[in-house]
Formats: sequence, structure tokens, C-alpha cells
Amino acid sequence: MNSQAAAMSGVETPVGKNGTWWFLASEIPIFGGLIAAYIVMRLGSAGWSDASSHLNFNIALTNTFLLLTSSMTIVMAHAAVQNSALKRGANFLGLTILLGLGFLGMKAFEYGTEISHGFLPSSGIFWSFYYGMTGLHALHVLAGIVVNVVLWSQAVKGSLARHPHRVELAGLYWHLVDIIWIFLFPLLYLA
Amino acid sequence: MADPIMLESSEPMNKEITRHELSFVRRYLFSTDHKVIAKQYLTLSLFWAVIGAATAYLIRWQIAHPDTEAFGWGYIEPQVYNSLVTMHGTIMVFFVAMPLLLSVFGNFLIPLMIGAKDMAFPKLNALSFWIFLLSSLVLFVSFFVPGGAAAAGWTGYPPLSAKNEYTGGSYGMDLWLLSLALEFASFLLGGINFLTTTMNMRAPGLTWFRLPVIVWMQLTAAVIFMLSVGPLVAGAILLLMDRNLGTTFYLADGGGDPLLWQHLFWFFGHPEVYVLLLPGVGIILEVIAVFARKPVFAFRPIIYATIVAGFLSFIVWAHHQYISGMDPRLAMPFSITTIIISVPFALIIFSIIATLWGSNMSLKSPMLFALGTLGVFIFGGLTGIFNGSAPVDIYIHDTYFVVAHFHYTLFSNVFFGGFAGIYFWFPKMFGRMMNETLGKIHFWLTFLFFNGVFIPMHLVGLRGMMRRIANPMQYEFLKPIEPLNMFITMMAILLILSQLVFVINFFWSLMRGQVAEDNPWQSNTLEWTTSSPPPHENFDTTPAVYRWPYDYSLPDAPADWLPQNNSDPSANAAER
Amino acid sequence: MQSWFPENVSTYGGDVDSIFWFIFYIVTIWFFITEGLILYFIFRYRRKPGRSAVYATGDTWSQLAWVLAPIAIVVVLDVLIDMRGADVWAKVKGQRPPAEIVVRGVGKQFNWEFVYPGPDGKFGSEDDLATDNELHVPVGKVIHVLLSSKDVIHSFFLPHFRLKQDAVPGRQIPVWFEATRTGEFEIPCAELCGFGHSGMNGKVLVHSPEDFQKWINEKWPTQ
Repeated sequence: MNSQAAAMSGVETPVGKNGTWWFLASEIPIFGGLIAAYIVMRLGSAGWSDASSHLNFNIALTNTFLLLTSSMTIVMAHAAVQNSALKRGANFLGLTILLGLGFLGMKAFEYGTEISHGFLPSSGIFWSFYYGMTGLHALHVLAGIVVNVVLWSQAVKGSLARHPHRVELAGLYWHLVDIIWIFLFPLLYLA
Repeated sequence: MADPIMLESSEPMNKEITRHELSFVRRYLFSTDHKVIAKQYLTLSLFWAVIGAATAYLIRWQIAHPDTEAFGWGYIEPQVYNSLVTMHGTIMVFFVAMPLLLSVFGNFLIPLMIGAKDMAFPKLNALSFWIFLLSSLVLFVSFFVPGGAAAAGWTGYPPLSAKNEYTGGSYGMDLWLLSLALEFASFLLGGINFLTTTMNMRAPGLTWFRLPVIVWMQLTAAVIFMLSVGPLVAGAILLLMDRNLGTTFYLADGGGDPLLWQHLFWFFGHPEVYVLLLPGVGIILEVIAVFARKPVFAFRPIIYATIVAGFLSFIVWAHHQYISGMDPRLAMPFSITTIIISVPFALIIFSIIATLWGSNMSLKSPMLFALGTLGVFIFGGLTGIFNGSAPVDIYIHDTYFVVAHFHYTLFSNVFFGGFAGIYFWFPKMFGRMMNETLGKIHFWLTFLFFNGVFIPMHLVGLRGMMRRIANPMQYEFLKPIEPLNMFITMMAILLILSQLVFVINFFWSLMRGQVAEDNPWQSNTLEWTTSSPPPHENFDTTPAVYRWPYDYSLPDAPADWLPQNNSDPSANAAER
Repeated sequence: MQSWFPENVSTYGGDVDSIFWFIFYIVTIWFFITEGLILYFIFRYRRKPGRSAVYATGDTWSQLAWVLAPIAIVVVLDVLIDMRGADVWAKVKGQRPPAEIVVRGVGKQFNWEFVYPGPDGKFGSEDDLATDNELHVPVGKVIHVLLSSKDVIHSFFLPHFRLKQDAVPGRQIPVWFEATRTGEFEIPCAELCGFGHSGMNGKVLVHSPEDFQKWINEKWPTQ
């Protein structure tokens, strides 16, 4: 950001945080629209729970645990970086990345088993929503991992010391991705 | 929200403007300077306006002289005709209106009007433009792929848009979706910049209610856009999936519902019309205040009304779907919300008219266009009442009455409003004045021929002529309107040709226009306190603000205008 | 201007038109007031040397009243329009009067197909009859058309009856009308449905009771 913004940042919400919140505000209606569409359509017709019974609850529960934990580790990364403990910050960021990769790995395995059982996106309206929603979410997880990797490498190299607040901003995004999953999990796996 | 730091005097925030020796590429192509980026958007949107006008010409030719060879083009097949109507709407809404009204004026004016050096995120700003350029390329390419450009209307309703066998097209439709997705990303990023910049970087003394009304309008438009586009992004992803992955979100055979798209589309589509309207209103209010030498009447109520309208815009969408097959009982709730939303807009319009009362009005080109915007928009707003009435909509839905209505509301803001803004801020942007005589000629020709095209179009619609048909003479009941359609086409050709006056004026003035002073219009807002054009980083020293923008003709003041950075205590700076 | 509208041959067409005219008169008055004021102000307050404008900000209630009063009138008129409109909407799209003839109307690329249930009154039975683009009905009787589509969204538009309804695949949407005179009237498609959208046109043939009976006898000879 330019120096005028930096100079004025001390007075109110810093620009980076502001910008990140607006970004998250624009992401929410994307998933909100999808979720609302899913709910309305599901309420309007029967037979979806037949399809959803084929989902693997255990994998999804594990994934929920992985994501929730990763939200915690990124908060700890942020705390560490705030206190200039860059190496600790890097470690926690690394953990976050691994947990995120774990999520994606399990998701890929899950998709694999579903596809091998013949449940494709074209297998009906429930499956269309399942793949659409979890797929879009997974892409967002991937994007978050990429951001976290960049910050991790900056933490390792030490250049993160110039922009420590970036971990907080990445954390905000990561929490959003987590919260979206908290909605998807019951809607798809528990209903 | 804390006010920015009050400085004792205008302390220089930057010591010296270092003249960066940037290469041509860094300075003009990959610039992060908001003023350059605004001009990049201007160039691209004017380019698309030409293409959009070309599609209009071909559409009108085909309607008036069906199945003949269009002059300069040739025979227009039905499939191509459907692509033309689709692309005309898509181009005009997303590639002319949005970039011109939001990206050009928002980018150029916001940092200047708040006394800032640039946007909060200059590199992100440049990225926004380059994503928009990419989306333009994708859309442009879609004209040339096998199967041609998308042909399911700018509204893209499935199942027509969901399966190539229904349109006879191919991946032109996928490129259309991709182009829109990229464009939405570009505008989302732009919106983040507008909002964050205004929240964080206002000059000392510039409280929220001392911001010029156009800044409020741009911000509200940005928020509306950012919160409404999500469901359509979701919907577009679902359509891409239906088209390419065999899903059935919109296909009844697989358990899906075509109406799902309509709801997702219009949930965005209706707020979008206000995203387009608000900057236009902002432009004309700034121009009117300056040329009437009067404050904006009911400034705060206008701002409150705008915010309220922003909220309300999210609950009216299904008035586009009265006869879509949705439960007919939904028509009444949406009719009620549609009435309610007319209240804030009535307030805004009446306040603009009240601003004209008791003025000392000069009718230079920017003012002519601003008044033209107002007059044309009121007409469009009034025909909207017919559309909003569900029983009348039974008859006029999907007829040319609707087309006439939205051209009055859209064209007024995009073109009359856009021209008002260009004529007004051209000196600031380019350091030269546009030719006033040519400006007046441009206005009168545009006004005359625009009405010549679209007034008769209401009658065509009332006759029952459906939208998106290539040959009305295939229908007995439409035979009587053949002369009207021919007249409209002739007017449309003249309307398009009249724009040459603007093109000539624009380019001639760029090169040979009279050199502009800092503040040729004697306007109060901050952008006029710096040079024309402003230097890189805009201000030699950050201005300090002491008043709202509309102290024009303040009683007992030394002049009929008082710039916002004027701290003269003898001029009654009332608590604004 | 009523002459621009196609001739109305439907029992509720006049109601629809009357809402149009109600709105028209209200809107025309507003048009002349607002545009007239603008033109008047442009003339009356044009720049003259030695004049200055009035610093009117609308801050006081007495000034703001000039804007608030017209808004109140707008709201009242809007409510009136919607209340009268609601009745007509309910008449056309709400509860349908009992049908004397029921037909299925199926939109497809690029024509209308009408299916009659035949003397047994049941669809899907032996005596069903399908016609391409021809909807035969008797005058003065309530007709129900159950609309659907085989492929994309079409729109069943009877301009002379002031009736329009989208035909959506996966749904069966009922509409009704009653003709006030005999004649032939077009049924264009009013929703973009592909490259054959222009020209997609059926017709409703309104017969006198005798002629309709003749048509029935012709189509179902063994009565």
C-alpha cells in the first residue's frame, strides 16, 4: 500500500484489514447463494437423503477436525509473528499448511471412492450440488494454502518481519474457509 | 469511525515529488497511477461502445429490413441475430456501462476528491484493469469461435443456455461465462479499493458528510455490487458445470430447475441496475451544483435515501419474474417492495429538481448532458411503473415496451451521464478543454435521435412485438408496425452517426484543445485545487478541508463559490 | 393509443387494459409536472449577470417539505395502483374459474403442440388428439391450458387475450381464458428459445358452438 495509507493507518482500521474484510464480504454471498439454492431445492423435493446416505461421514468428520485445528494453528502463527517470533510463526504456518493439505488429500480420496462407486456430478441433483459446493470450497482451500505457503517462506527467510500483519489477514480468510465448511458439513452430511 | 488526523496546517505528507524516470511501459501501460488506470478503462469502454453500437445497427437493420443484406455486413442468419442481441446487452451493460461509470469516474475521482495521492492498493488497482482487459479479450474472441458468440440473451436463461444442442452454438457460451466471471473478479477488486481508500485516506477535515455526493454514490454502488454478485457467480459456476460436467442444476430431467438460474441472476440483476444508476446520479449532481451555482438540495437525505435504496434493492428482484412460472402469490410481495423502493428514488429525483430551483444556471455542454440525463431518466422511471404492475406485465413482459423502458433508464445514465462526466472532467483528465460548440451539437443530435428511436419503441411494444425476434413480419398482428420499425432503425443509424461529433471533438481536443486552467468551472471539490492534469501523486501538499463541497452562492461570501480547502473564517462555514 | 393494442377478445383483457390506462393517466400527469418544472426552471433561472442563486440546502423542514409532499403523493398513488392491480392479477393468474375445456399446451423448438384429452376427458388415453400449432376452442367458454415444454423455456403469448405465461420444462403451469368472439388469433412465443424463436407462432381458432361441435365430430368420429 502507498505511504499515505501507511501513515494514516494508525488512526483507524488499517487498510489491509479493511480491504480483507470487504473481500470476505464479497465471498460470503457466493457461497451464500449456493447454500441457499441447495436448501430451497432440497426442501422442495424428496429423495435427496437417499443420495446423501452414500457420503462418507467419517471422512467428513475428520476433515472438519483438520480444518478447525488449522484455524487454531494459524491464530497461533499470528500470535507468534506479532511477538516477532518468526521461527515459531513459520512452524505454525507450516502446520496450518499441512492440515490444509490433509484436508485436500482426504477430499481427493473421498471423491475417488465416490466416483469409483459411480457417483458422478451427473448422477443427479444432489450429487451436482455436492460436487459443486465441496469443489468450490476445495478450490478456496487450495488458494488459502498457496497464500500460507508464500507467508511461510517469507517467515523462514525473515522478510515477513516487515509485514507481520499479513498473517492476521491470511488468518481471516482461512477462518472464512473454515466457517463455510462448518455450514457445508451438516447440510450435506448430516441432513 | 474516527476522523482523520486534523493537521495544524497543510503539512507536506511527501517532501518532494520525485520525478520518477519511468519507461513508457511503466508509465502508461503498467502504471499503478489511478489516473492512468482510469484512462485505460476509458479507452477500453469506448472501444466496446463502438462494438455495442455496431451490434445495435445490425439488430435494427434486420428488424426493419428482415432477411436483406445489411449495408456493410451482409445477410444476418437467425443464429447470428440471437448472438447479436445477446452480445449487445452483455457488451453495453458489462463492458461499457460498468467500466465507464464506475471504473473511469470512480478511479479518477475518488483519490483526488478525498485529497489522497492514489488508491489504497495501487498495484491491485492495476491488476483489476488487466483482469478486465483479459475478460474483454475472452469476450472478443468468443465472436470468432466455431458456433459463434453466446446466443441465449444477455440473461442467459437455461435450459437454452445449458445445452449446445438448443442454441446450435458451441463454446462461445462458455467463453461468455468465463469472461463475465473474470469481469466480476475485476470489479470486486476495484470495489475493495474504492471502499478502503475512502474509509482510510480522506484528507484532514474531510468527514464523511463533507464528501462530494459522487463519492457516496460510487461507494454505495461498490457495496451493492460486491454483495449482490456472489449468487450470480455461484449460478454461473453451476451453469458451466451443467454445460461441461453433466450436472443438472438447471435441467428438470435430472431433478434441477430452470428457475433457479433466474432467481440467482435477478438477485444480482436488479441491484446491478442501481449499481449503474448511482454513479450517473452522482455525476449529474456534481455537474448541476457547479453550473447552477447552488448546493445540492437535501444532501444528507439523498445520501440516506441512497443507502436505504441499496438495502431495498436486494428484495425486489422477482418483479422480473412475474410470469416465469414462479408461484403467482409471490407477485404481490415483490410488487409491494417495488413500490417501497420508488420512495428513495423519488426523493432523489425531486431533490435534483429542487436543486434547479432558484439557481443561476449556465447551459454549457456538461450541464446540457446532465439535464438530459435527468429528463430522459424520469421518462424511463415512469414507464417502469407499468412494468412493476404484475397484471400489466402479463401483457408487456418480453415485449419492446420493456426494451424501451430500460433504454430510457440505462442510456440516460450511461451515455447522457457518461458524456456529462467526460465533458466536465476532460480538462482535469487531459489538461485541455473540449470544444463547446461541438459539445452542444453532440447533445442536441443525441437527444433528438435517442428520443426518435425509443419513443416509438413503446408503441411497438404495446402492439405486442416480442423481444429478440428477427422478423416481425412473420406475424400478422405485427404487420401494422412495419413503418414504425423502419423509422426507429433510421433514427438509430442517425443516433450512431451523431456520435462522430463526439469522437471528433474528443480526439481533436486531446491534441489541439484550449489548454485548461486548474479550475475552469470554478468548482469547489478538491480535484480542482491541483493542476490540470494533476501530477503523479496528485497534490503538492495534502489539502486540509474546512467545508462541505456545496458552498455555492453562500450569502455574504466573497465569491459565489468556496473551495473545500478554503478556510476563510469570514465566509460562514456553517457546521457541515 | 388504445388502437395500438391488438383488439381485445378476452373476458379479462379489458381489466388488464384498464390498469394500463389507470397507470397511464397518473404517469402522464407526473411526466408533465416534473419535466415541465425542469424546463421552466431552465428558462426562469438561466444565468444573468448580476443574479445570484439561492443558497437553499433543504436543511429545514419547510424546505424539505417541497420534496416530501410529492413523495407522499407518489406513495399513495403507487398503493392504489397495486391494490387495483392485485385484483386483476388474482383474476388472471390466481384462482381459475372452472374449466369447460382442458387442453395441454406443450412448447417445443419451434412450435406449439396442443393435446386434447378426447371424449373420455383423460390425458394419456387412447382418444387423445395432438395438433400442431392449432388450438381449437369454442367462443364464450372457459378454457384451461396446462403449459409445459419439451426442451427450453418458451412463453405462451396470446396478445389478443392479454395472456402470457412462460412454459417451463419440468413444470405444468395452468392458464385460462375465455374468448368473447369467434376468429383466429396468433400465439407467438415470447421467450427466446433458439434460432427458430422468430417465427414460432401458433394460432387459437375460436369457433361458434356449432362449428366447434363440427370440429369435434370430425376429430372423434365414433362418438
